[in-house]
Amino acid sequence: MKADRGAVVSDPLQPGPAGRVLVYGLLILFSAIFAAPFFWLVTSAVKRPEQLMAYPIQWIPDPVVWSNFREGWEFRPFSLYLRNTLYVAVLSTIGSVLSSSLVAYGLTRIEWPGRRLLFVTLIGTMMLPGQVVMVPLFALFVRLGWVDTFKPLWVPAFFAGAFYVYLLRGFFQAIPRDLSEAATIDGASEWAIYWRIVMPLARPALATVGLFAFIGAWNDFVGPLIYIVNENNYTLALGLSMFRGQYGTYWHYLLAVSTLVTIPIVVLFFFTQRTFIQGITMTGLKG
Amino acid sequence: MSARRRNLRNGLLFCSPAIIGLAVFTAYPVLASLYYSFCNYTVLKPATFVGLANYRALIADKFFYQSLYNTLYYAVLSVPLGMVTAFLLAVLLNAKVRGLAFFRTIFYLPSIVPVVASSVLWLWLLNPDSGMVNAIIDAIGRMLGIPLQGPGWMQSPEWSKPSLILMSTWGVGGWMVIFLAGLQDVPREMYEAAAIDGAGRGGMLWHVTVPFMGRHIVFVTVMGLIGASQFFAPAYVMTGGSGEPAGSTLFYSLYLFQQAFSYFQMGYACALAWVLFAVIFAGTLLFFKATGRFAEATGEG
Repeated sequence: MKADRGAVVSDPLQPGPAGRVLVYGLLILFSAIFAAPFFWLVTSAVKRPEQLMAYPIQWIPDPVVWSNFREGWEFRPFSLYLRNTLYVAVLSTIGSVLSSSLVAYGLTRIEWPGRRLLFVTLIGTMMLPGQVVMVPLFALFVRLGWVDTFKPLWVPAFFAGAFYVYLLRGFFQAIPRDLSEAATIDGASEWAIYWRIVMPLARPALATVGLFAFIGAWNDFVGPLIYIVNENNYTLALGLSMFRGQYGTYWHYLLAVSTLVTIPIVVLFFFTQRTFIQGITMTGLKG
Repeated sequence: MSARRRNLRNGLLFCSPAIIGLAVFTAYPVLASLYYSFCNYTVLKPATFVGLANYRALIADKFFYQSLYNTLYYAVLSVPLGMVTAFLLAVLLNAKVRGLAFFRTIFYLPSIVPVVASSVLWLWLLNPDSGMVNAIIDAIGRMLGIPLQGPGWMQSPEWSKPSLILMSTWGVGGWMVIFLAGLQDVPREMYEAAAIDGAGRGGMLWHVTVPFMGRHIVFVTVMGLIGASQFFAPAYVMTGGSGEPAGSTLFYSLYLFQQAFSYFQMGYACALAWVLFAVIFAGTLLFFKATGRFAEATGEG
């Protein structure tokens, strides 16, 4: 009966042969459009300056100038910027994972009055434009003597991001309560349940938070732009932006360094694709 | 200690990062910024109260209107264009295609490229003389036998905002993933029922898919508009923070940043920030009201 009806209706989600040609045609066309800038980035990064300006355009670099990568990287102290970026990104990642998971645990696994209010307030802050708090935070960090240090870039990560709490909350709620109840009867403390039962089970969600926090810190531009003054404290994003401001005509170096700054993110994505896609899918769309 | 008291203590302890964070990094700065918006404030010297002077100055400030216009222009075009693109890509990927992971990766990757790198890249792509985009326009023109000349893109006051909108459309991968997840939640039976009713493919898309995706569409629209109203980094990197040419890329947040960190008019910057906040807040409320009615109107079908 069912099979019969299926045969009459045909699968509504499956396009017919003509439709399939159209779907693949469009997919290939859009892929070409979306991939073209990457092609242009990488090929331009290995051209000579005069090849970059050639008319008509030289699509394939000849010769391939690999040395642009090394020369561009060494033109400014990008190795130092890399170290600074890693320092901020690693601390931000640890801070985000630890603090957001603690808060998510406190919101989902402990019954206490006020937890709903706290959650709603936290989510409400996501609508607040960063520009509103920008000036007082700057003034605060000036008073603390933190300007031109890395602290304004990573310390806030230790105070739970709303988005990460939201993400983890959904995950923690799905962990069966019996597990922690059994542990409570055995005399385990709240901390032990958090650290030894919930955290290991939540590994995929924690990986998502860590990944987002790391990439967020790696890509962050506005934070360093506001708080970092001394060139020795530049991050990669700020260093690249300043490089563009000062040597805007050195396109071959600019594009080579842009490629180098992008590669780690692309590699990271390839190794963690599933975690990534799941994370975005969980973004604010459950219930 | 009673279980209730223990729970309260533990709850507060576990949530203390959020409680302290909200107090120090949100509540205090929000109140301080509201106060500063009524002050003359340079950070270096204590704030002096000036009443409504900042807001009065703002009403007479032509750059305020210019940046507001630029931002509206950007938001009104980039969000719908990005959403239609993301939706189309998601629908294509949802058609049970081979190589799904491959296509999804290509569409998603641009959205995680560091913003400074993608800004440098797009400045070069759109270089009027040596960029790829104008080279392609040129090649098409020669193929057709008519001389086509690409625009000046970021160097032209008319084309600088379209340039940035183009760039933002390249980065809609995150939205696409959200839409794709939503598409996979639409119950099959709905399509089957629609097919029995004689709906064509276009009819199904419009009458089944779009209403079912309402939640996702509203979410992406709101987040997209809030994001667009704070658009900053690409304009800053590409113009070196100037908002040129002819102020055409002086977006609201860029102007606010200039006031705060180039001219140290921190009080004025706070007033600008509060106007932005008010607009976002009112806009979001209005939007939810409007879409609430929209849901009522279409709920019948």
